Amino acid sequence: MRHLLDTRTLERERAILILDTAEEMAATQQRDVKKLPVLRGKTVVNLFYEDSTRTRISFEAAAKRLSADVITFSAKGSSVSKGESLKDTAQTLQAIGADGVVIRHPASGAPERLARSGWIDAGVLNAGDGTHEHPTQALLDAFTMRRRLFGDTSRGRDLDGVSVVIVGDISHSRVARSNLWLLHALGANVSFVAPETLVPYGAREWPVQIHHSLDEAIRVEQPDVVMMLRIQSERMHAAFFPNEREYARHWGLDDARLGRLTEEAIIMHPGPMNRGLEISSRAADSERSTVLEQVANGVSVRMAALYLLLSGERGESA
Amino acid sequence: MGTRTVLDGAEISRALTRISHEIIEANKGVDGLVLVGIPTRGTLLARRIAEIISRIEGARVPVGSLDVTMYRDDLAQQPTRTPRPTEMPVAGVDDAVVVLVDDVLFSGRTVRAALDALGDHGRPRAVRLAALIDRGHRELPIRADYIGKNLPSAKQERISVRLSEIDGEDAVTIGSGDEARS
Repeated sequence: MRHLLDTRTLERERAILILDTAEEMAATQQRDVKKLPVLRGKTVVNLFYEDSTRTRISFEAAAKRLSADVITFSAKGSSVSKGESLKDTAQTLQAIGADGVVIRHPASGAPERLARSGWIDAGVLNAGDGTHEHPTQALLDAFTMRRRLFGDTSRGRDLDGVSVVIVGDISHSRVARSNLWLLHALGANVSFVAPETLVPYGAREWPVQIHHSLDEAIRVEQPDVVMMLRIQSERMHAAFFPNEREYARHWGLDDARLGRLTEEAIIMHPGPMNRGLEISSRAADSERSTVLEQVANGVSVRMAALYLLLSGERGESA
Repeated sequence: MGTRTVLDGAEISRALTRISHEIIEANKGVDGLVLVGIPTRGTLLARRIAEIISRIEGARVPVGSLDVTMYRDDLAQQPTRTPRPTEMPVAGVDDAVVVLVDDVLFSGRTVRAALDALGDHGRPRAVRLAALIDRGHRELPIRADYIGKNLPSAKQERISVRLSEIDGEDAVTIGSGDEARS
């Protein structure tokens, strides 16, 4: 494995390898000494063209726990704001001697361009590109589901038959797309719930059930996992729904809907949450909520991805 | 090419019994003793030695399994290896006498990695090394305290330890393999 660009082309065996490796990484994070020497002497560059705190610090923590040197490069206040192209930035990173580049970019496909262009030799990890994919988020979500459902017997397992309902702004969500491809490869049944205006064009060709009503989805799909997406007001340039109160009433996970979930169902959210909009405080703070586990698991999953991409001998094909 | 058996099941069992006695004798009993195997076959051997010790002394010895994949010094020269589970005794290894157990002692690099990995779990009072086979060709200043059998070998020869738990039989074989890797 040379790069991690998407989950659409990630085979089931590869995905399970990453999840199993993340299990070992998670075990090392329970010890007094959390640092591992695997990436000693390697340099990981966090290249963030979009604001992000969670993903950036998660990748930073993961790389540092593996003993890599981390350089963070944000577009704001850097050469990029002076108009430098992606190619020139990439070649600068190459000259610095980056072994791995973690890139977040507002344009879909930017990580792919960086990986395939031949500008750099480094391994490329997609940390979110436009409305395309966010593979490590999907991997940490799958890891969290597997752990909640199977506990200590998680290793080597897929998510065959698990019912996952993803609710919210699907059209702008790379998290929903990455989750769909990964969960589908792992055997789960995925449903999207959104107003028609927030269902992406072409989604009816995808291996997913589409519902417009959250109540109907909870009744029909009997979900094991309900994943709420953040309403991304920064991407809402047009009126996709009348107002926030109406959204919360129809598509928010409120206390009444929380009560209608099955006994073991878990509630996921990639964060940051808009309490009272897509999720009620009671749902967010309940035992079923995995929000903080997702953050902790994010570090383990990113450690696994960095380890599998950067520790072995480089040069063999993907 | 030809493969011949150098130790059969009974000989392996006798070697492990002798090692168990030697460990008890050197440690003057089982107090503070922890056996830590290096996966996969080192862990199985550590469990067998613990079993023999408990028969002799009537007391159980904690057994752990320590994966050293992420501490190897040849990570960058090899295709990526998948780490395997590490399970250390709940009581930890602080102030214990840890006996590392591996199947074949060769270059010594695995043992060096194990010493580093062990250091991240605590500070043992002492660390000893037991190996079923010592085949020579050390690349580091490391030697074993307890050895099942010294087996002088050419570097390209292939030594395989087979254990009934996973291989269906107990045997140590030597063959003139093309790829020299224990």
